[in-house]
Amino acid sequence: MNRLRPGIIATLLSGLVAVFLLMPLIAVIPVSFTSRRYLSLPNGDWSWRHYAALFEDAEWGQSLLTSVQVGVLASFLAVALAAAFCIGIWMLRPRGAGLMTGFVLLPMVAPPVVSSLTLYFFLNKMARWNDIIAYDKLGGVVLAHMVMVVPYAVVVIMVSLSQLDRRMDLAAQSMGANVPTRVFGVILPNIRFGLIGAFFLCFLLSWDEIGVTLFITSVETITLPRRMWMGLRDNVDPSIAALSVLLICVVTLLVVVRAAMLMRKERSR
Amino acid sequence: MRAFLFLICPVLLFLGVSYLLPFLGIVQLSFTDPDPGLTQYSRVLTEDLPTGVIWRTLRLCVMVTAVSVSCAYVITFLWVRGSPLVRSITELCIMIPFWISVLSRAFGWLSMLSNRGLLNTWLQDMGLIDSAIQMTRNEFAVVVGMSHYLIPFAVFPLATAMRNVDERVLTAADGMGASRLRIFWQIFLPMTSSGILGATLLVFVFSIGFYVTPALLGGGQSVLVAELIYLWIFQIPQWGMAAAMSVVLMLGVGGILYVLMRRYGEMAR
Repeated sequence: MNRLRPGIIATLLSGLVAVFLLMPLIAVIPVSFTSRRYLSLPNGDWSWRHYAALFEDAEWGQSLLTSVQVGVLASFLAVALAAAFCIGIWMLRPRGAGLMTGFVLLPMVAPPVVSSLTLYFFLNKMARWNDIIAYDKLGGVVLAHMVMVVPYAVVVIMVSLSQLDRRMDLAAQSMGANVPTRVFGVILPNIRFGLIGAFFLCFLLSWDEIGVTLFITSVETITLPRRMWMGLRDNVDPSIAALSVLLICVVTLLVVVRAAMLMRKERSR
Repeated sequence: MRAFLFLICPVLLFLGVSYLLPFLGIVQLSFTDPDPGLTQYSRVLTEDLPTGVIWRTLRLCVMVTAVSVSCAYVITFLWVRGSPLVRSITELCIMIPFWISVLSRAFGWLSMLSNRGLLNTWLQDMGLIDSAIQMTRNEFAVVVGMSHYLIPFAVFPLATAMRNVDERVLTAADGMGASRLRIFWQIFLPMTSSGILGATLLVFVFSIGFYVTPALLGGGQSVLVAELIYLWIFQIPQWGMAAAMSVVLMLGVGGILYVLMRRYGEMAR
């Protein structure tokens, strides 16, 4: 029974908020079809030129590739590190577990600009030693993204471990399984969905990452958000509108499909 | 012991070397570059430029927090208490913007508000204004863009609080003849105050280190703390000042998070 159903006023106000939330996403659609080279509305002459530019311009393709490479590498390594850490904490329950977890979560709670400055400082120093993990290099971006996404992987994997039955591990232990067998044979297969979820979350965060990337790259390693930033900062380039429309379509599709799947699941129950 | 070494240590080592050490380096810079001692801190906290930026940041962040939390409260109310159809529609309105890149959303607001954007074109076509109203490159655009980004983040703690409201209390109030408005003001709103506090602190902490949206929508006219740090690194290099400002920011955010954790720790007990 719902004693406090939203009335007219609440519905109306929410409608306004919903319009506010969706308005900028809709506003990019007409801009992406302008025939001019600056931010403007198509004045009767709709054009596909900015969409064409996305596919013809090799730079966009290069950035897409960079983003995917960074995302996959950083997420894979971050999930591996996070999984090892979480399993270690879960199995051994060492003293100071809270403190260690707090330390690992630090990059998530620190203001992004502080993390950016820190990583820029680190990669600048590293540039004196090597030219793989350094400022404006792919390795450097991967490392920085790993630092930024590791806490999220830890949170997701911790949640998934907290739902795991400890007796299963104890049973394996009592039957003489050593640590590697317990980890690879018992724990990892049971948290596989958590691991996959953590990987996707990390990839998404890395794919969208701009705050730190802005500090640690300049001309050589340009991820997709970084290239969008360049197009936005200097002179507002309508190609960004075309790209945004494509990204918005993908996100909308995924969110709607997921909602539809959840609804079907609930109905079939 | 070996398990500890192989499982828990890698991530601690990784973050220790690539995050904690360089952060300590930043702290050291703040005390040494260019003058040893507390000079940088006294400059950050007394000179006109940094203090002006700090005040502007605080002022805008308070505004952004107020706008985001109230908008989020309204739409969360519908999301939690509406009919199933209303719930799925509001969920889409919240989740679609949430998953879209901060750059696309900033671009959306540029398309909406800029001189040749949607709003100005419409207003001119309708003959309500003669020349375009300047709506970007100012604080108004920054507040709009940041609030838009942060509303979904405020929704999650509010939704948790609203779902935890005991339905029987509302039923009792209804049974004793309270009007719907009174149930809302005197029961529902106070019962969700923990969610409001959580959302307020979360949004405020997020907003205070914001870089991308203010830089794009403020157009260099209303510089916030994060952008000032960027300028002090890349435009007018003053590492010591940037470092001192970062430490101040970190301490401020740390203080707010401490309050948040204690508050939630008390409630969990």
